[in-house]
Amino acid sequence: MEQKMIPAREPPVNSRGILGWARENLFASPSQSLVTLALLYGLYLFIPPFWQWAVMDASWTGSSRSDCTTEGACWAFVTARLDQFIYGFYPDSEIWRVNLFFAQLAVVLGWLMIPRIPGKKMALVIGLLVLPVTSWLILTGSLLGLPPVETHQWGGLMVTLVLALYGMLASLPVGVLLALGRRSSMPVVRTFCTAYIELWRGVPLITVLFMASVMLPLFVPEEIVFDKLVRAMIGIVMFQSAYMAEVVRGGLQAIPRGQVEACQSLGMGYWQSMLLVVLPQAIRLVIPGIVNTFIALFKDTSLVLVIGLFDLLSIVQAGLNDPQWLGSAVEGYLFAGFVFWLFCFGMSQYSQRLEKH
Amino acid sequence: MWVRLWRDPVWRAVFFQVLLILGVVAVVAWVINNTLTNLEHRGISTGFDFLSQSAGFGIIQTLVEYDESQSFGRTFLVGLLNTLLVSFLGVIFATILGFLIGVARLSSNWLLARLASTYIEIFRNIPLLLQIFFWYFAVLGVLPSPRQSINFFDAIFLNVRGISLPWPILDSGMEIVVWAGIASLVLAMGVAGLCRNYRRTKGRPLPHIKVIIASVIIGLPLLTAWLTNAHLQWEMPVLRGFNFSGGLVILPELAALWFALSIYTAAFIAEVVRSGIESVSKGQKEAAAALGLKPRRVLSLVVIPQAMRVIIPPLTNQYLNLIKNSSLATAIGYPDLVSVFAGTTLNQTGQAVEVIAMTMAVYLTISLTVSVLMNLYNRWVSLVER
Repeated sequence: MEQKMIPAREPPVNSRGILGWARENLFASPSQSLVTLALLYGLYLFIPPFWQWAVMDASWTGSSRSDCTTEGACWAFVTARLDQFIYGFYPDSEIWRVNLFFAQLAVVLGWLMIPRIPGKKMALVIGLLVLPVTSWLILTGSLLGLPPVETHQWGGLMVTLVLALYGMLASLPVGVLLALGRRSSMPVVRTFCTAYIELWRGVPLITVLFMASVMLPLFVPEEIVFDKLVRAMIGIVMFQSAYMAEVVRGGLQAIPRGQVEACQSLGMGYWQSMLLVVLPQAIRLVIPGIVNTFIALFKDTSLVLVIGLFDLLSIVQAGLNDPQWLGSAVEGYLFAGFVFWLFCFGMSQYSQRLEKH
Repeated sequence: MWVRLWRDPVWRAVFFQVLLILGVVAVVAWVINNTLTNLEHRGISTGFDFLSQSAGFGIIQTLVEYDESQSFGRTFLVGLLNTLLVSFLGVIFATILGFLIGVARLSSNWLLARLASTYIEIFRNIPLLLQIFFWYFAVLGVLPSPRQSINFFDAIFLNVRGISLPWPILDSGMEIVVWAGIASLVLAMGVAGLCRNYRRTKGRPLPHIKVIIASVIIGLPLLTAWLTNAHLQWEMPVLRGFNFSGGLVILPELAALWFALSIYTAAFIAEVVRSGIESVSKGQKEAAAALGLKPRRVLSLVVIPQAMRVIIPPLTNQYLNLIKNSSLATAIGYPDLVSVFAGTTLNQTGQAVEVIAMTMAVYLTISLTVSVLMNLYNRWVSLVER
């Protein structure tokens, strides 16, 4: 009689390792195999030529299109104009100020987003109150005694970030107020907030920007002159706060009524209970939603092109019309698209990770 | 007395609301007053009289009759119809593409699922405006001139001026055939309803019903075509001088906007479809299979009806986004409502307030109508819980 356990035999070769995985996930049935082979053939047709064009045969430096003598992509268009794409028409001697702005942004965002670093409340206060003020002072310069740089000299990635940052920071508090107003028991306040939110959510951003750039100067006395960038910001904030309000309202609805009732039984007033108990919980719930609206806003900043501001996309677009670089459209759009994609994809990965936790 | 009133929540609420109304009225009055003075200084009259003045500019694509002598009011209609056209085309293409990719995303084929999610992650993270520019300037803008058109079967021509396609000519006989086609569809729908009723009451399906319905749809138009002796004629695009004439021409502006809108929105629709299908719990499928339903019936009778309940509200939202995003047309010069009316007409007349208000009102009406319909739909399909 057998005294020992018979050792387990290895599974058959075709059901383990790479082979087993491929059998299960790529060639499970004849029709699946057909699909897989067709897709592989499609990738074979597309990827090697693209790689050849974009990397192997590409020219990387040069000062005009005629310097690109190879068959492939002419990345010289991007490398020659990289400074302009990032800083716009900001004076060369003052570019350190823009870099300082980028650095501030990176430090505060890193502080907020990396869970291991302590002091999130401090970071939030700095991000919401200090950062916008210092950034504006550094970038405009005149109040700090630096050489003033007018906003029409700003451009490129810097304007994209400025618009997205200020649009976000200003729309957050307005959105919270609107969300509270829409859930208020006072009928006038509720109607007013609902009408405001539905009005801006119902129209395209482009009409809002047109309105901000054409009609805003009509709405105020002639002595008050807004510059173009500020007008665009006002339009973006009006629009964005409506979307923000709906996100925050989602969070408010998820907080059980017992929380407010507990506050009332402790003798807290409306603002106390909202600010100290309900909002902190509600906002924490909707951080992924807030990040998603921020992604949408970040993409939407490219629309300021139609009112003549130079964000990243429109400065690339302007560069393409330069007679020296005619025919560089594909390279220019691939570069701009990649930069936008990097920011948006990064943020959406972050928000998905938050949702999982 | 005042202190007591202040401590009374009812009075306090009234006080705040009165304050809010006064504040809003004051701001609005201030804005109106400023606007009127500013307009007066610039010598711009107010009111909607400009709508009946002659426009004096041409539009490259008009769905209704239009020429330069017609009024600014007519440009509003032309722009609106162009917006509706590109939105309609975009919605159809985006839905088909979005559903295909959403289903592919859940495929058991690893490669297909990966490619679908790559598509989603690429296209929803790049600004729509950039995608429109890419199609317009980098793809359609570098096509050859009409004389060197890319030629498909001598019928479809691709060149920098657009895409030329053959277009059917409807003579009187053909018109009757088209009407017969519509009538046969209505008839077939009626027959389908009758046999659904039959199955519900008798518990078994009518035999050969699919054949009957198919023969009605195909047979009736064919029969009328034979009786009226109508032939379908195609108007072919022909190269005359430097450009094609005849047939249907899809302008590059329309094509670029259509592709970009559909491809961008399809990425979002695919996510909506995926989450809808995933929302149907596994137990439902297993229970249906245990009752002996074949996989296809499980999908059509159990999974899809429940998934649609989850899919349709966010799907409608995506359609609304597509309609609103079609306003980006103005950046490449497709003559939509914003480009024609809030662009050219505004610049020619200077009536900023009226023009922008009318433009916004159009989008607002579309949005609010759709959301009212959506609420009705939600009430209709919502689960009745005990």
